[in-house]
Amino acid sequence: MRILGIETSCDETGIAIYDDGEGDLPKGIVAHRLYSQIAVHADYGGVVPELASRDHVRKTIPLIKEVLKEANLTPADLDGVAYTAGPGLVGALLVGCSIGRSLAYGWGLPAVPVHHMEGHLLAPMLEENVPEFPFVALLVSGGHTMLVRVDGIGRYELLGESVDDAAGEAFDKTAKLLGLDYPGGPALSKMAEQGTKGRFKLPRPMTDRPGLNFSFSGLKTAAGTVIRKEIALQKAQGNEGMDEQTHADVAYAFQEAVVDTLAIKCRRALQQCQLKRLVIAGGVSANTSLREKLAEITKKLGGEVFYPRPEFCTDNGAMIAYAGLQRLKAGTDADLSFKATPRWPLDTLSAV
Amino acid sequence: MNFLAIDASTEACSVALTFNNQTISEFELAPQSHSLLLLPMIDRLLKQANIKLTQLDGLIFGQGPGSFTGVRIGVGVAQGLAFAADLKVVGVSTLQAMAQQAYSRHQQVEVIATIDARMSEVYAGYYQLNEQGIMEAALQDTVLAPEKLAKYLSEYLTENQQVYGVGTGWDAYKGELEPLKINAGTPEILFPNAEDLLEIGQYYFAKGKAVSAENAQPVYVRDTVSWKKLPGR
Repeated sequence: MRILGIETSCDETGIAIYDDGEGDLPKGIVAHRLYSQIAVHADYGGVVPELASRDHVRKTIPLIKEVLKEANLTPADLDGVAYTAGPGLVGALLVGCSIGRSLAYGWGLPAVPVHHMEGHLLAPMLEENVPEFPFVALLVSGGHTMLVRVDGIGRYELLGESVDDAAGEAFDKTAKLLGLDYPGGPALSKMAEQGTKGRFKLPRPMTDRPGLNFSFSGLKTAAGTVIRKEIALQKAQGNEGMDEQTHADVAYAFQEAVVDTLAIKCRRALQQCQLKRLVIAGGVSANTSLREKLAEITKKLGGEVFYPRPEFCTDNGAMIAYAGLQRLKAGTDADLSFKATPRWPLDTLSAV
Repeated sequence: MNFLAIDASTEACSVALTFNNQTISEFELAPQSHSLLLLPMIDRLLKQANIKLTQLDGLIFGQGPGSFTGVRIGVGVAQGLAFAADLKVVGVSTLQAMAQQAYSRHQQVEVIATIDARMSEVYAGYYQLNEQGIMEAALQDTVLAPEKLAKYLSEYLTENQQVYGVGTGWDAYKGELEPLKINAGTPEILFPNAEDLLEIGQYYFAKGKAVSAENAQPVYVRDTVSWKKLPGR
């Protein structure tokens, strides 16, 4: 079976076709395309929801055409259409929902609304080294930070989540304080490579008490305090502001604190669930330092860490196509009435 | 010729279908529910007419102005259906659709259509009847403060001239707009209807103005609002 996947929940338009390998094509992604709106939003220092929606409605159909062409397939070769129905920005979601649902109707195919986080959670299934159920998943992006126990598709138990900012959001906000363009998270990590270990020490929020919840807004504030202090110090010495090395040192300390915090909670979650397999997904899961740290802790526990290739860590159509196909096989065919669900708890999904 | 018209730009959601010289339609006032209503309405009309999407000669959609999200729901559905059935599309202004309604229902030949654009502004369009029986824009659709519209109209209109008003803008800014010599008070026509889109859209199809699915795009009219760039950008 073969399915078209459409992702428009935030600031990336992602389109892909996934094949389960039971027909004449090999299993896997047949073709995929991503249009990132980063350049559109960088001038505003963050995602402007209305501009995101305007871009999706321009890009979705052209990308679908490109993907069909690259896959050398026609709509008649498809068995369904999957689209992200939530959570995310409601206006942005509605673009994908309206186009996706109408395409399915026009083609006479089943329509499959997909939960964005289920897409992320299952993204490692697109790789060669696929984790077996059950496992613990850390979903970490600009919009979410959560630990989930996964016993099968649709069998999710929320173990913990951020009580305030998502880890990726804290990365971007701290990057902004360091003068980096939105979204500055990846640039902050790059900067941290030149940083000195130990010059600044930032807190590991909520690690000193039991539980698997996170809090990152205080960490961003702590980094801001360090930055302000350093700037004042430099100005007192007659300099313009922080030098390059200090920037890098703050970036290092911030990244180290986030990575340590995530690692501590992941280890705790694995121990609590008595599991050894850890899956990481979401934009921040592309972070090299985080991958290294999680490889280290899972190794110590005699386990293994799984993650998608970098282009499937951030939002993409491939994960929506994959998750959609699992739901399609379980018989999902949505009503002609479509709706976007901007808030949609992961543990309310039905098991497959 | 068979044509389908859809509109979700305002509080109203409507669909109209013309086939074998008959027209059937559905219209519902349903703020915030367009995504639930639109495809089922389309499906009912196609079934009632016993025709398939692929038997249509084209698709007509309300391009705005109106609610940004509503406009995009209509455009998204138009894109999806048109791409799936390989149909050409034509977008029609929601202000024009209301002006057309004033002509078809009340034989008005000069109409000012307004939609409450919030933020102390109205979308406004000035339409006049052409020789083919279509209300055409005498000025490009715009968004402006009601005071400005009032000032413009009071300068433009001569003492006894009557211009017919349609749309929600008149009621929303009564204080500013009511003193004008228009069919003062509440306009009877408040929302665009797909039936009028159908008429205007077919006219544009005949004139060769149709485009492919991906070029079905909203016309927001308001292009800069509450978002501000960082300093220096």
